[in-house]
Amino acid sequence: MEKKSHGNLEALGPDAVLVQPIVATRSSFYHLALALLGFTTFAFFAWLHQLRWGLGTTGLNVPVYWGFYITNFVFFIGISHAGTLISAILRLCHAEWRRSITRAAEVITVLVLFFGVGSVIVDLGRPDRMLNVLKHPNFHSPLLWDVCSVSAYLLASSIYLYLPLIPDIAILRDYGGKYTRFYRLLALGWQGTKRQRHLLDRAIAVMAVLVIPIAISVHTVVSWVFGMTVQPMWHSTIFGPYFVVGAIFSGIASLIIAMALIRRIYYLQHYLKAVHFDNLGTLLLVFALLWFYFTFAEHLTTFYGRDPAHLVVFYSKLTGRYAPLFWGMVVTCFVIPVGILCRRRTRTVTGTVAASISVLVGMWLERFAIVVPTLSRPRVPWSKVFYSPTWVEIGITLGFGATFIFLYMLFTKFFPIVSIWEVQEGREVALEEVAKRIDSYMPGPPAVEGARFTAGTEGALQLEGE
Amino acid sequence: MPRWGMVVDLTKCTACQACVVACQTENNVPCVEPEQAALGRIISWLKVLPEIKGAYPRISMQLMPLPCLHCDSPPCIRVCPVGATGITPEGVVRQIFARCIGCRYCTNACPYTRRMFNWYKPNFPGELQQALNPDVTVRPKGVVEKCTLCHHRLMQAKERARAEGRALAEGDYVPACVEICPANAMYFGDLDDPDSKVAGLARSPRAFRYLEDLGTEPKVIYLTEGEWAGGKEKPRQP
Repeated sequence: MEKKSHGNLEALGPDAVLVQPIVATRSSFYHLALALLGFTTFAFFAWLHQLRWGLGTTGLNVPVYWGFYITNFVFFIGISHAGTLISAILRLCHAEWRRSITRAAEVITVLVLFFGVGSVIVDLGRPDRMLNVLKHPNFHSPLLWDVCSVSAYLLASSIYLYLPLIPDIAILRDYGGKYTRFYRLLALGWQGTKRQRHLLDRAIAVMAVLVIPIAISVHTVVSWVFGMTVQPMWHSTIFGPYFVVGAIFSGIASLIIAMALIRRIYYLQHYLKAVHFDNLGTLLLVFALLWFYFTFAEHLTTFYGRDPAHLVVFYSKLTGRYAPLFWGMVVTCFVIPVGILCRRRTRTVTGTVAASISVLVGMWLERFAIVVPTLSRPRVPWSKVFYSPTWVEIGITLGFGATFIFLYMLFTKFFPIVSIWEVQEGREVALEEVAKRIDSYMPGPPAVEGARFTAGTEGALQLEGE
Repeated sequence: MPRWGMVVDLTKCTACQACVVACQTENNVPCVEPEQAALGRIISWLKVLPEIKGAYPRISMQLMPLPCLHCDSPPCIRVCPVGATGITPEGVVRQIFARCIGCRYCTNACPYTRRMFNWYKPNFPGELQQALNPDVTVRPKGVVEKCTLCHHRLMQAKERARAEGRALAEGDYVPACVEICPANAMYFGDLDDPDSKVAGLARSPRAFRYLEDLGTEPKVIYLTEGEWAGGKEKPRQP
């Protein structure tokens, strides 16, 4: 595979537009960044207030010991499944349309994990003692399993984000704009030699395989925090896969929204095309149906079993105080997205974005409807105390969301949000490879020269004919 | 090694709440402002739980004093990520206040809701400052606390017995709630000693453990209210 050296941006040809966000920054970027940082500052002060006075400044009470923060934790960790998992699966399946979307997905994963972990730290009564989880670990606790799997996931997904970045960092280094020393350091001496390409392809393939079980374990373990207790409607064997499906569901939705924004703001309509939204929209549709199946199975089993302790929680969700949240979740997670996505005519960019926003709202409600109703109705008869968040919790939640968006924006200002080398590779070699691959599926002698596809141990795009 | 347990005779209990007050003062349980109490942030290691049975007109209310039940298989200690809670060889479910990170997983895992969280800095207004028990630490804000079966009393009883060169005898160590009970409805002792009062009562046909189908194996045992089920155990005059 020959690789040209990039002396300047002209060498990128039409792909120069991918570097444009790094080269030039419009004033609207600074305005938006300032507005987002306003939320960050507010959240920071809310947290200081909470540290000063204690968790009494939140709306939490006895017996609702967990509320917004733990809901956010599950929600953010769920969104983290956007990236790495989707990108890894698409890579392993040789889905050629992945090339321009994988980076946008992987960045979501790495950044949002910090807010998932941050939500738990904010929830602690004594965050100053949080390192006790390393000093006195109790491996019987599902929360410690979480510490292990989330750390592993953060590490693996950071590597998985970084590896395909290396050739692009080298492009920026050779372009010789701002921060050349920073890019030189990160490029690890990338020259695009055949050997380097081979090593990179292998490393990416290994990480893609490795990251999938880790990602699945992460959300399974998050669900086990609830499932391992004996509390009504938490103690469920279905929670592992149910949470994983919900996580991928909200992950795809956030990816679609991120892609739509990138495409609009950085004029990348030629890279993030309608077909990408159509494909991801179809995937979102599949997960909406899967989500409905799991939700239905979970609730029907509870209802049919008629365990009184479970039924109390069940009815508080279906007809009681939490009914607006529960039915709101059914509408936003199922009715709206399926209504939009089931027809090709409405599976447009606007349509998929609308469905995705609805799914994100719905999945947050779903997490809330799992955490709070169970705690509100313990087995022991308890005076009816209801949970509603205070300004501290709302402020920190908004601040986390805003800070995530800010960091995502910042990333696009330092690294290309669409992988340049992967798009180039797609343009240069993928067409031929796909033709060979399809030819290899067909009966009879190969029509294309050298088309014998070898099973993929040698990385995604290794072919015998080369 | 004794296995400390408690028996509460619900027929004798008048729900006077003396045990609750004794527990609060003995263990330096902080006071909570009325508006905080309305939010459900009362800290009470021992609570008299009203359980309403049936529906109008055939309605009855059972009042049961509910401390930590010191389960032999406690759901709370398994889930603690830092091992801040555990069970002593004598069967007391203890809490290390200095290690607790305040994640409140244990409070959510306890099916009896018997673990309490310090939402604020502990508050002891006015004269209550002087009433603090010097044998019990005051817990800081942000940690979970719970009934210790007045563990400081066990320590003192052991020291006294050692000083007098004898073994710990029945009645040497009694938690504050049991000591104060004016109706003598609460009993305390070693459940593993077949001759002890509590072990005898625990074998009574009236004995039950609260939510025992959850498999938590509580060491606080209740004797049912109302009709004598077996006749083996006659009500005793205090």
